[in-house]
Amino acid sequence: MKTLLFGGRIVDPSQHIDRDADLLIEDGKISAILEPGTAIADAEQIDVTGKVVVPGLIDIHVHLREPGFEYKEDIESGTRAAAAGGFTRVCCMPNTNPAIDTAATVRFILERTEQVGVAHVHPIGAATRAMQGDQLTEMAELKSAGAIAISDDAFPLQSAETTRRAMEYCAMLNLPLLTHNEDKALTQKGAMNEGYTATLLGIPGMPRVAEDIAVARNIMLAKLTGCHLHLLHISTAGTVELLRRAKAEGIKVTGEACQHHWALTDEACMKFQTDAKMNPPLRTQEDCEAIKQGLQDGTIDCIVTDHAPHAEYEKEVEFDAAPFGILGLETSFPITYTTLVKTGVLTLSEAIAKMTSEPAKILSLPEGAGTLCPGAIADVAVLDLDTIWTIDRNTVQSKSKNTPFHGTEVQGRAVFTVVAGRVIRL
Amino acid sequence: MKHLLTLRETSKTDIDYLLDTAGTLREILERPVKKVPTLRGRAMITLFYENSTRTRTSFEMAAKIMSAEAINIAVSQSSVSKGESLKDSLLTLQALKADCIVMRHSSSGTPEFAAQILKHTSIINAGDGRHEHPTQGLLDMLTIRQTKGQLEDLEVAIVGDIAHSRVARSNIWGLTKMGAKVRLVGPRTLLPPDADRLPVQVYDNLAQGLDGVDVVNVLRLQTERMEKGLLPSLREYSRLFGISQQSLKLAQPDVMVLHPGPMNRGVEISADVADGKFGIHSAIEEQVTNGIAVRMAVLYALMGVSSDTEA
Repeated sequence: MKTLLFGGRIVDPSQHIDRDADLLIEDGKISAILEPGTAIADAEQIDVTGKVVVPGLIDIHVHLREPGFEYKEDIESGTRAAAAGGFTRVCCMPNTNPAIDTAATVRFILERTEQVGVAHVHPIGAATRAMQGDQLTEMAELKSAGAIAISDDAFPLQSAETTRRAMEYCAMLNLPLLTHNEDKALTQKGAMNEGYTATLLGIPGMPRVAEDIAVARNIMLAKLTGCHLHLLHISTAGTVELLRRAKAEGIKVTGEACQHHWALTDEACMKFQTDAKMNPPLRTQEDCEAIKQGLQDGTIDCIVTDHAPHAEYEKEVEFDAAPFGILGLETSFPITYTTLVKTGVLTLSEAIAKMTSEPAKILSLPEGAGTLCPGAIADVAVLDLDTIWTIDRNTVQSKSKNTPFHGTEVQGRAVFTVVAGRVIRL
Repeated sequence: MKHLLTLRETSKTDIDYLLDTAGTLREILERPVKKVPTLRGRAMITLFYENSTRTRTSFEMAAKIMSAEAINIAVSQSSVSKGESLKDSLLTLQALKADCIVMRHSSSGTPEFAAQILKHTSIINAGDGRHEHPTQGLLDMLTIRQTKGQLEDLEVAIVGDIAHSRVARSNIWGLTKMGAKVRLVGPRTLLPPDADRLPVQVYDNLAQGLDGVDVVNVLRLQTERMEKGLLPSLREYSRLFGISQQSLKLAQPDVMVLHPGPMNRGVEISADVADGKFGIHSAIEEQVTNGIAVRMAVLYALMGVSSDTEA
């Protein structure tokens, strides 16, 4: 079975390709990148004239909510949201119920993905049992069952001692440790960024220094243990600077940024908009600029969504009571294209690299992820860079609607994806 | 006006109107028969998720003087204990045909949330978290204006726990809109982040903060602030920031002292000052009476217009 995507422009940073070319897929694998107009008579022909063909996007930071919170999202709806956003591969965080802290839960997620998933899913294992920040999980078993990294995202490790031991174990097993960086003693009951907007609204604040301190500590522990530390959802200028210095020093540390942390500031919380409440919170323009600078100079390695669905009724409450988290998968590429590529912060190729080959490298995803190299699994996203449209929370594939980008005009969107050779149109 | 949620978002024109109306309505409170028929057939529901005697009673008094129905719902009687969401509670009160809901809640922004949900019922913010307490701001302004004749160019010091105070925020916006100059005075642990970006002068030294002021608005010090490590002791707080006859010597000779109550005598305010000894103008009881007048004005502004003529 052959499929030919013809008439498009292929952008594949892993091979330094950016030119008009046709893509031939055969039996679920990339077969060849062909000169435009090459006739392949026995292939299904898909016209992608005027479109951009890239490796399927990869998001290493999503919350699929299954098992336990299927009313927010499940593996089926979450991977549909992924595919609608151009993502063919996602890594899901362990804060499910039960948490992904045993091999059985890892296997459950992989089995469910086999049954209902429309994109590849890689589970991330918890660092501590039930994410209680206490006893380490059986990481070797998690890894052999299919977990590709370790994290206590959403329940950041407070004890430096536990963090150190988790890092030693991760280093031994060659697994990256992904840290949500927050000194909880400084954030306490905070519900948004500490600063002028929080002062206006009378909302308890979460100071930026709470992230910076945790980052500095975790970097020092990574240096001590030799563990590959990956900094989740960088939100402050301080973190960008600490990461830049750590990299210069040769410490094994990488970092990621979410669309909302460079495209929005804490002013999005005005009128007590709970769809602008997430953790780490929206910060200030200065932080947005520092994150963009970090993406541009390579300090920040990749772009993720921290896709965190919550039911509408859970967000339709007092600001204090609303859960942290927003959707991301279906707005990530359009926001990235509009706010980073159109504005000249990144070239299209650089942006695609941070959504394909770079995240694949960070988590050592299976061979063939994030590339259109012949022989690689045929995961492809076809993007339209021209359409200007308005994000509408009521038309998403996700089960939830919690996006602060509702009503935002953006340019560019995913048209369809190909997952292991199968064309997914939503 | 449809709602009264904040003074930050209320125009100077509306504030002027409310203060003028309150000034007029206040006369009713001095009559032997304190009753006018203005709001007959209108229903006000007070929905208080935090304990309050003073503010709730003041609203109830205001409604009854204006002949409106006043129904009080306290949190213990409400559906909260049954797990009902705030949204559902609000929709129920609207369906019960409340013309206005007076809300107090420990979470900032709940009146705004209510106003976004309810299409037919007016919302009055009676204090939300550390956000705003607009009728307190209005009654403070009315009290100052009665004595000083105007608000413009007055120097007003707000002293105490600014960070956690909804009274402070409503005072800041209301007073500055009316042309007064506002100072915030308190220990750094109780000043809000980026306070210097507010239209105020910020002081962490009482002597400097009180120098030459016309009005001192003393905030209540919640004793749990000390337990949370924001203050070393009430004794030291009182020594550094307590308002006493001594500390007021730096202010204008005709300085007036306000306190939103309830007071901690001997902590943020000395008993002598509270009781107006040594010729000090303590306006604390005037504030309470003016509170009724202000709330009458607000109820009138929100419910007084015939529904036929509403847009």
